[in-house]
Amino acid sequence: MATVRDYLRPGMLPHIWCPGCGDGTVVGALIRAIDKLKIDRDLVTVITGIGCSSRVNNIMDFNSFQTTHGRAVGFATGFKIARPEMKVIVVAGDGDGAGIGGNHLIHAARRNIDIKVILINNQIFGMTGGQFSPLTPYGAIASTAQYENVEYPFDVCKLMEAAGATYVARGTVYHLSLTEKLIARALEHKGFSYVEVITQCPTGYGKRNKMVDPYQLLMWQKEHAVPVEQAAKLSTKEMKDKFVIGEILVRHDRMEFVEANEQLKEKARRWLKGGGGK
Amino acid sequence: MNKGKQVRFMQGNEAVVEAGITAGVRFFAGYPITPASEIAELMSIRMPQVGGTYVQMEDELASMAAVIGASMGSVKAMTATSGPGFSLMQENLGYASMVEIPCVIVNVMRVGPASGMPTHPSQGDVMQSRWGTHGDHPVVVLSPSNVKEAFDLTIEAVNISEMVRVPVVLLSDAIVGHIRERVELPDPASVKLIERKRTSLPPSEYKPFAAGDDCAPEFADRGNGYRYHMCSNVHNEWGFPADSGHEIADRLMRRLHKKIEVFQDRVTYYKTFEVEDAEYMVVAYGCVARSAKDAVKALRSEGIKAGLLQLQTIWPFPAGIVRKFCAGAKKIIVPEMNMGQLINEVRLASGRDAAGVNRADGIAVSPKQIIEKVKAVK
Ligand SMILES: Cc1ncc(C[n+]2csc(CCOP(=O)(O)OP(=O)(O)O)c2C)c(N)n1
Ligand code: SF4
Repeated sequence: MATVRDYLRPGMLPHIWCPGCGDGTVVGALIRAIDKLKIDRDLVTVITGIGCSSRVNNIMDFNSFQTTHGRAVGFATGFKIARPEMKVIVVAGDGDGAGIGGNHLIHAARRNIDIKVILINNQIFGMTGGQFSPLTPYGAIASTAQYENVEYPFDVCKLMEAAGATYVARGTVYHLSLTEKLIARALEHKGFSYVEVITQCPTGYGKRNKMVDPYQLLMWQKEHAVPVEQAAKLSTKEMKDKFVIGEILVRHDRMEFVEANEQLKEKARRWLKGGGGK
Repeated sequence: MNKGKQVRFMQGNEAVVEAGITAGVRFFAGYPITPASEIAELMSIRMPQVGGTYVQMEDELASMAAVIGASMGSVKAMTATSGPGFSLMQENLGYASMVEIPCVIVNVMRVGPASGMPTHPSQGDVMQSRWGTHGDHPVVVLSPSNVKEAFDLTIEAVNISEMVRVPVVLLSDAIVGHIRERVELPDPASVKLIERKRTSLPPSEYKPFAAGDDCAPEFADRGNGYRYHMCSNVHNEWGFPADSGHEIADRLMRRLHKKIEVFQDRVTYYKTFEVEDAEYMVVAYGCVARSAKDAVKALRSEGIKAGLLQLQTIWPFPAGIVRKFCAGAKKIIVPEMNMGQLINEVRLASGRDAAGVNRADGIAVSPKQIIEKVKAVK
């Protein structure tokens, strides 16, 4: 078995992340999942947008490109259609993926195109200095919510489920082996897969919310996460301020987009041979 | 189906579709908008027939992203839109020029700003096509005046984008897009196609952004050991961000611009009509060139020595060509379906003043207006 270091790009360390940041841990989980599944490294493409999280593909030695803020899923759609043999993985931040890129996320889920979105949810805009994101908790402090955040975050897993994603899961950096398993399952799944990983940003989020030490943020993850089996037995009130972790949804009743598209090509060719008509 | 030479009666938008296919485009992503929608509709029929893909994206931001993604995946890709959609594509258009990914964007212009007059023609996006995205980016923009040119220039747009590794904009308009004309289409087998240069270096030696004399880097298809990174920050030759490297930024910016200079002659297309002894030089492009040609004919029949320089490449602005053909003219006239956009470039290039004929009300500039203007400045 290869080590994580074997998958890192020579000369690209040290990385740019702050001490205590969760992004590197997600890199480790993703690499271990790919290694465990023995996926050919040349057939992996990692696509990111903009944000601290988008820098994951600077250090991982796969095909990679960093795109514009929020649009990675759009790029991935074109790339996956052009190169169906590739495992196309989008890594996005919560601002990147669920804020500015929210629309693309919804529609890619609806299309059920076989791309894997790993949304690194540190609940804040890290790179631009700790402004609140659509996933910042109500009442939290951010650089653009100095009194308190009066916007409600939304549950992207539920949104993905409603939009038509066929694999939906959530893990955390604290629950690392679970997270690794979920990423591996998503990589194996054929269809649009969404895995949210709750991480910590001590710099942008922690320091303003009385959790300067990354350890405190990890403890927060531990205390607020509820396994999906257990969550089913709890009331809405009991689930307040908590979030579900685990495999939230797996469905097989929708055809994957690239495959559906191949069938469409067959139909179009038959139509052409027959000189048109239905 | 598409065998040999063909005579067809077709719309400008349809010509764009057929030309795209002939040029090897196998991926189209778009979002419908008048007067470009026929391109999406026909692409949805034709792409799967030729083994390609049509995807209707959720908006123009995503369309442009998907087009670049497909081209990164080694498939020739294009999109089509009109004013408001073109504005939404601008950020990723900049991305394509920074990361040097070939792709074609067709903008079938309509009247703006904002929703303007959605079904009426305009040439209001000339400057947007040049300066729409942020930063000092290079561009190539072609402008057809009829259905045949829409066909030919679409093929050139695909070829140029591959050759130079830049996004190329085909600036059409509602008149060219919607008009139906008889066209002779070439035998697809006879059309010269250009593919981006592929590297011959082994993966260990390949640098995605290292360029030789022509300033256009060689491409490597992903997979087969070519595992490389691309990013839109200022990047080094390996494609990694070098956002605090001023020297690297300077080198990259100069190379991106030089690349267009190197290829300028090969991307410059124009036509002339009655220019040899012209005293009144009309410089026109797009649908207005049609009216300008009629105006020149009418003026000549009255003994007035008018001539037409039709610019098919509008960016990089063919300043040398304009200078050459305007040098002997007494007066220069630039009719445009906008309040005056390319006219300033003509003034700069010729070192002379020029008279504009402008309208931005969705009605074509007529030959009569141009004739009147020539007589007025005479
Ligand atoms: C169109 C556009 N708007 C804004 C920005 C500035 N910007 C860069 S990163 C970022 C937020 C990133 O936050 P998130 O996605 O949560 O990622 P993180 O840095 O926390 O990993 C913003 C707003 C940009 N690059 N592009
Ligand atoms: S700002 Fe936050 S997310 Fe960004 S590197 Fe620092 S800790 Fe990580």
